[in-house]
Amino acid sequence: MEVNASILISVGLAAIVVRSMRKFLDLPIRTPHLSRLLGYFWVPGLILYLFSLLIHWKTDRLDEIYTLFLLAMVVGVLVRVQHYRPARTLLLAVVPYALYALIELLSGALSTGFLHEYRSLFSNSQGFATIWLVTFVLIARKQKKQLEAERVVREAEEKERREIAAQNAQLERLVAERTSSLTQQTEELQHALEELKTTQAQLIQAEKMASLGELTAGIAHEIQNPLNFVTNFSDVSAELVQELEEEQQRPDRDHELEAELLADLRQNLQKITHHGQRAASIVRGMLEHSRASTGERQPTDLNVLADEYLRLAYHGLRAKDKTFNATLNTHFDPSLVKINAVAQDLGRVLLNLFTNAFYAVQKRKEASPPDFAPTVSVATRQLPNGSVEVRVRDNGTGIPASVRQKIFQPFFTTKPTGEGTGLGLSLSYDIVTKAHGGTLEVESEEGQGTEFIITLPA
Amino acid sequence: MKILVVDDEQDVRTLFEQRFRREIRSGAFTFSFAYSGEEALDYLHDHSSEVVLILSDINMPGMSGLELLRHIRHQYNSPPPTPPQVMMITAYGDEASRQQALELGANDFLAKPVDFAALKEKLLHLTAHEN
Repeated sequence: MEVNASILISVGLAAIVVRSMRKFLDLPIRTPHLSRLLGYFWVPGLILYLFSLLIHWKTDRLDEIYTLFLLAMVVGVLVRVQHYRPARTLLLAVVPYALYALIELLSGALSTGFLHEYRSLFSNSQGFATIWLVTFVLIARKQKKQLEAERVVREAEEKERREIAAQNAQLERLVAERTSSLTQQTEELQHALEELKTTQAQLIQAEKMASLGELTAGIAHEIQNPLNFVTNFSDVSAELVQELEEEQQRPDRDHELEAELLADLRQNLQKITHHGQRAASIVRGMLEHSRASTGERQPTDLNVLADEYLRLAYHGLRAKDKTFNATLNTHFDPSLVKINAVAQDLGRVLLNLFTNAFYAVQKRKEASPPDFAPTVSVATRQLPNGSVEVRVRDNGTGIPASVRQKIFQPFFTTKPTGEGTGLGLSLSYDIVTKAHGGTLEVESEEGQGTEFIITLPA
Repeated sequence: MKILVVDDEQDVRTLFEQRFRREIRSGAFTFSFAYSGEEALDYLHDHSSEVVLILSDINMPGMSGLELLRHIRHQYNSPPPTPPQVMMITAYGDEASRQQALELGANDFLAKPVDFAALKEKLLHLTAHEN
């Protein structure tokens, strides 16, 4: 009876084994079903015990049978979870001991002599199996720790990878957002650029129209004079014809007078043609000035162009301010060659320079004694290298040094608001330098006058 | 009657000579011409006593007609024998110009285009008075 009770100690041992196994192999997670089944490890022990009580079988084999059962159960579980490396190692650890336990039981059951015969060997084997068991359990433990460490590292890596992936996704999203906003900005800028270009074109046209406005009065005056001549010479020619007819009716015709009248008539007709053409050419010039530039280059006589625009600018200003007068000096080089240029554009440049010159002398006259003689000069010169030079000079207020750097900048003006667009000189500069490959320079002394020098290649 | 015409347009001479050809032929008028204010002053310097009437354009390059008028009134106002009559002619026939010309001592003010029939009337009237 006492002997059989030792099985209870084995059951207690089995409880520790089962608990350790569950913990070591993570059985509840790996095989929940098996783990639950293991919970009934005590049932066979109890059955064996009750059975032995029932048949009054007194033996110490009962304990060994239960131990063997326990080992078999352990082996079974380990086989089941063999894909886990520490489990395989444990299997390796347990098998010799289980074999030993089996042989011991069998030999005990079959013949006691067998045991006696190999007593020492058997005892060694038990020690060996135990050492083997302990060693491999330790190895398995180490393996498990190693696997744990690897798993931790892997998990960390995995976490890092996920974080990187998340960051990548975030970055992708940001890039997409940034790209779309940049695309939108580009479109907006493109739009703004186009608007600016349109505005620039409009401004250029507005400047042209403004200068046309300055011209209008001058043109009106310039046209009025030749038209007056046309009318007057026509009228007077009619009188001459009448006188000639009267003379022809006389009995004593004065042939000398008739010849004189005819000569006068011929001369008048020439004058009418001349003044008619003069008016027509002014109208043509005005139309050309207001038309958008075709940019077509033609052989241009700068002497003629400068003379024409000097007069237009002068009369334009005088029409606005009737008290204004200025001396106009022209020094045209007769050897000046025609240059290939857009006459209409150069005309605008000259008009602008003349208008500025008249403005400057007028300003100076306002603050000067009555004997101040406002003078605007234009001079042309053929340069030895084939280029031509046009100098527009005035004895006006001059340009202060502080301002001289800015005069060619767009929208820079010293005139009161509404009087100047600030585009005249800027456009002139572009026309001379960019469109014609020339230079536009300024020399000025404050209070003394200004000279603009245009140089144009032939 | 000697008349000095001051205008920067050269053809004015031809025009006047034809318009007044009968009067010139008959000797009623003699015309002299100057093409700028400065030239007119030069001419007057030599012929001040002869010139009875000056017809001057206002808008001319250099010395304007109004400046010429000022000079004339300044230099020839204490006459031997009588100061010349001055008529101003301008394309800008507005009231401000007229006022200014009359204040400066102009005797008359004509707008361009010149009505030669009316001008002839005025000149003949002047001649009648002179005589």
